[in-house]
Amino acid sequence: MIPASFDYLAPTSVEEALSVLAEAGDDAKVLAGGQSLLPILRMRLNAPEKVVDLGRIEALRGVRDGGDHLAIGAMTPYSDVVANDLVREHAGLLARAVETVADPQIRHRGTLGGALVHADPAGDVGAPVLALDATMVVVGPGGERTVPATEFFHDLFETAVGDGELLTEIRIPKHTGWGSAYEKFVRVSHQWSIVAVAATVRVEGGSIAEARVGLTNMGNTPLRATAVEQALVGSSASGLADACAAAAEGTNPPSDLNGDADYRRHLATVLTRRAVQKAMEG
Amino acid sequence: MTAVDDRPTTEVGRDRRRKEDQRLITGRTRWTDNIQLPGMLHLAMVRSPFAHAKILSIGTDEAKASTGVVAVYTGADLADSQGVNINAWPITPDQVTPTHLPVPADRVAHSGEIVAVVVARTAAQARDAAELVDVDYEELPAVLDMKEALKDEVLAHPDSGTNKSAFWKLDSKEQGSGGDVDEAIAKARQDGIVIEREYRQQRLVPAFMEPRSTVVDPTGEQISIWSATQVPHILRFAIAATMGIPESKVRVIAPDVGGGFGGKLQTTPEEFATIAVARKLGKPCKYTETRSETMVSAHHGRDQWQKLTLSAEKDGTVTGLKVELLADLGAYVAIVGGGVPVLGAWMFNSIYKFPAYQFNCQTILTNKTWVDAYRGAGRPEATYAIERIMDELAAEVGVDPIAIREKNWITHDEFPFTTVAGMTYDSGNYEAATEKALELFGYEELRAEQKQRRESGDPVQLGLGVSTFTEMCGLAPSRVLGSLSYGAGGWESASIRMLATGTVEVVSGATPHGQGHETAWSQIVADRLGIPFENIEVLHGDTQTAPKGLDTYGSRSLVVGGEAIVRAADKVIEKAKPIAAHLLEASVDDLEFSAGQFTVKGTDKGIGLTDIALATFAAHNLPDGVEPSIDADATYDPVNFSFPHGTHLCAMEVDTETGATSMRKYVCVDDIGTIINPLIVEGQVHGGLVQGIAQALWEGAEYDEQGTLVSGSFVDYTLPTAADTINFVSEHTVSPSTTNTLGTKGVGEAGTIASTPAVVNAIVDAVRHLGIDDIQMPCTPERVWKAIQSAGSHQAAAPVADAQPHFGDDAPNQDPAAGSTDGAAQ
Ligand SMILES: Cc1cc2nc3c(=O)[nH]c(=O)nc-3n(C[C@H](O)[C@H](O)[C@H](O)COP(=O)(O)OP(=O)(O)OC[C@H]3O[C@@H](n4cnc5c(N)ncnc54)[C@H](O)[C@@H]3O)c2cc1C
Repeated sequence: MIPASFDYLAPTSVEEALSVLAEAGDDAKVLAGGQSLLPILRMRLNAPEKVVDLGRIEALRGVRDGGDHLAIGAMTPYSDVVANDLVREHAGLLARAVETVADPQIRHRGTLGGALVHADPAGDVGAPVLALDATMVVVGPGGERTVPATEFFHDLFETAVGDGELLTEIRIPKHTGWGSAYEKFVRVSHQWSIVAVAATVRVEGGSIAEARVGLTNMGNTPLRATAVEQALVGSSASGLADACAAAAEGTNPPSDLNGDADYRRHLATVLTRRAVQKAMEG
Repeated sequence: MTAVDDRPTTEVGRDRRRKEDQRLITGRTRWTDNIQLPGMLHLAMVRSPFAHAKILSIGTDEAKASTGVVAVYTGADLADSQGVNINAWPITPDQVTPTHLPVPADRVAHSGEIVAVVVARTAAQARDAAELVDVDYEELPAVLDMKEALKDEVLAHPDSGTNKSAFWKLDSKEQGSGGDVDEAIAKARQDGIVIEREYRQQRLVPAFMEPRSTVVDPTGEQISIWSATQVPHILRFAIAATMGIPESKVRVIAPDVGGGFGGKLQTTPEEFATIAVARKLGKPCKYTETRSETMVSAHHGRDQWQKLTLSAEKDGTVTGLKVELLADLGAYVAIVGGGVPVLGAWMFNSIYKFPAYQFNCQTILTNKTWVDAYRGAGRPEATYAIERIMDELAAEVGVDPIAIREKNWITHDEFPFTTVAGMTYDSGNYEAATEKALELFGYEELRAEQKQRRESGDPVQLGLGVSTFTEMCGLAPSRVLGSLSYGAGGWESASIRMLATGTVEVVSGATPHGQGHETAWSQIVADRLGIPFENIEVLHGDTQTAPKGLDTYGSRSLVVGGEAIVRAADKVIEKAKPIAAHLLEASVDDLEFSAGQFTVKGTDKGIGLTDIALATFAAHNLPDGVEPSIDADATYDPVNFSFPHGTHLCAMEVDTETGATSMRKYVCVDDIGTIINPLIVEGQVHGGLVQGIAQALWEGAEYDEQGTLVSGSFVDYTLPTAADTINFVSEHTVSPSTTNTLGTKGVGEAGTIASTPAVVNAIVDAVRHLGIDDIQMPCTPERVWKAIQSAGSHQAAAPVADAQPHFGDDAPNQDPAAGSTDGAAQ
């Protein structure tokens, strides 16, 4: 498959990238790891005149300790996110989710920022980022702004990042000592989530003190199961089913070859229970 | 019949690493798409997005003006020069066979059909220009569902007047190979058991690794065609037969070919179009498809509805089997498309001694991608249905699935055995394979665990699936093919060239596409002629070096092509013998040949075969009247099919909360006669198993109401990877074939044929106690979960003691829980 021809630009700083984008207007597309953009170009679902590769902007890569939070550069590849000790210690849920994405090759190329801006509802990073109360740093011609994860995802493939803007950083409040689990339901191992549930909990004396639950592919955007989070407070491992029963309430999941909406709703409740249970175990 | 050869062997039976693997695995080889010719042009195809439409007009001006474009051709432009896709097996004299032009001019009959060809200096330019071709279509109503198509209300091809292509029947009473099936069923309705089921064989995509590619060089005395095909010889024949080019002017080369699974046994629209364009322009041309194009334009496999009526005595002794098939051919009757379901005619009775049998097959045209052979071709479909229904019989009688099979199978002392379908199985031992499999599997322990899980109400239930299969392969005795109106023979040819310097060329007409022929043939010839394995070169796949052949499919290469090689080798020895006698100054009658040496009996005088090759090359001192060559050719026409068999056992865990299934254990004991190379066999078995398991669990080509293939990429067509499979235990028993010299049987398709029912039987077995007796393939978690849900909800209605399900007028008589969620257009 051959994409339509385009000009390739490779700025080395965020400033340069922004000015290149401003100049190109509507005709430019940002390239991160290319794991979603390249298939789109090759299948000719999109044919931008310019492709602006962020790959040479070193500043966008890596994980920093920001005190009460971790700051993850948008261009940090999945494989670095998973391998990072800070992430594993303070945002275990993200590591658990990212290690289920596709396969090793794709995790070496695909980036956390690219996946978030792409905002595929079946993508695995939206739910954990949402559950962990992350904040996104977006820069554009008008300067830098921060967007809470709850306001970041607008719709299918639509986020708060506008044309000519870049996502530069993902800030995740530390969840040190929280247990976490990502229950991803697929038919074959390299598949996108049919449904997945991201759960992280703080356990005190055998029962849940705080819980965060995010849902993947249960609607046009990743969702937070806040009612479940509240119901879980005070639960012990044996009493999770009731608290998780409402996991699918208010969701509007898709129907496709892998399952209809009702089946997905059912899965969401089972997977939520399982994810919370595993999260409690560590 | 040939007696099985029991000469000692040093190479046969050895697990040689495959000679060809280094180049195949690294890709540093001659894949068709790697071929670059000077001045070569590139093609891109414009394809119909509609399942059925009239082509009103095609605007090519903009495309022609695009950078690098040399020409744009429509069907009208190619009309008289493009040949036609052939059907080589009209199953009845009155079969409806719509003309299948490579590039139709006025109507498309499935989405993905080619409507225009763009030729440019680079592949990218051709692709860019293809976007600019402006086709004006008038959509026509499309018929997508087989059962709808039967009604002939909407026609796939309006001119044909019907969607019914052909009806084919085999009746054991009529042909004198058994009793009257209707009588058997009527009797069983009085005092026995009648089981009626309808099973669905979903459509599959053959998903070979290398996309198809064709390069044509029209310059030179012969037009040269490289193609990623399983069938270079058949392609050459088809070109000559339909394009008006003398066969002697056509050279076809299948260089290294990256898999086929039947998917490359077609002569394709893309091949014909590339040839037509190259001839028009007088320049070398290349066309390589994208994976998205493969999915819609390379032929699909399976796609049947299978109605079975099985009659038995109360103790489970089967008295009759009646089969009614509906087989979707898609939009056109492919090269052997009509014949594939018919191959099931001899296989539904499988390893069993059914006294009465009837097979009915209706082939149907729809506006979907054409359907043809896919690994197993007709036999997996049959095996699935019979092995599923034997489990249902076991459940009805209340015995273990193994016991019901033992009661009905052919015992080892009954071979050779002529079946109710009229096939004569030469050898086999179902008891031995089953016994070994049960032991390796730990059948009793797993049954105990199943019982315990049921009793404790474990959310994860365990099921055990049995599949005792046989198949007919080694296609095929030419006379049998003739009696079935097949358009060719089933022989295979081989040549052996003894080179002066001691190495040997083995030329085979069976063209591999990943099977490992070069290694296996070398092993056979090494033993036969006493030549070191390394000194043997296997040549194939080029009609200039291997002019005669019928190619590779139907697990035929070894049992037919291998036998041709054995015979050519024996002829070499025969031809060398008088020369040896002459050089040794001995009588021919006093010579013995062993391990590459002729020796004079009772003396230490001898001469090596390679020395004779050199002496023959020099030709200075040959006996009078002997030609200076010990090279030999052989063409072998098999006397019978090959009947491998085996017992496959599968344990599946079913998560009743989600419907997810996971494989716990898989054991197979296959009897494929003599094994030439155990490593190659292991590879064939493993790959075959995964493909069969994939039909049971993962794969399915699904269309929407518009006739668009929804599972048109590997995102939705869920092919498994190694990460989705477990370690298989594969072992063998050996009942040598009595119909070829080496005692071999085919193994290329066995795993695929056997595994599908083993898996589905295991899943159904895991949830049968919940009131479920079928789940449609692929057994997705959603289908399994829904089956459990609906079984649970109507379980309250107590089962009537001896109620036996009967077919309704139109609805498939499936368990309502079977989850018919095949999309609107099944
Ligand atoms: C075979 C396969 C299987 C996959 N399986 C999964 C899976 O199981 N789970 C899963 O979650 N994902 C899966 N993916 C998708 C994968 O996660 C992608 O990598 C990810 O969605 C995109 O990240 P990327 O860095 O490759 O972004 P790109 O593809 O380069 O870009 C994606 C989009 O984001 C925009 N963009 C990227 N970075 C920025 C930025 N910093 N600022 C503004 N805009 C930006 C681009 O313009 C583009 O529109 C799969 C992909 C493939 C090819």
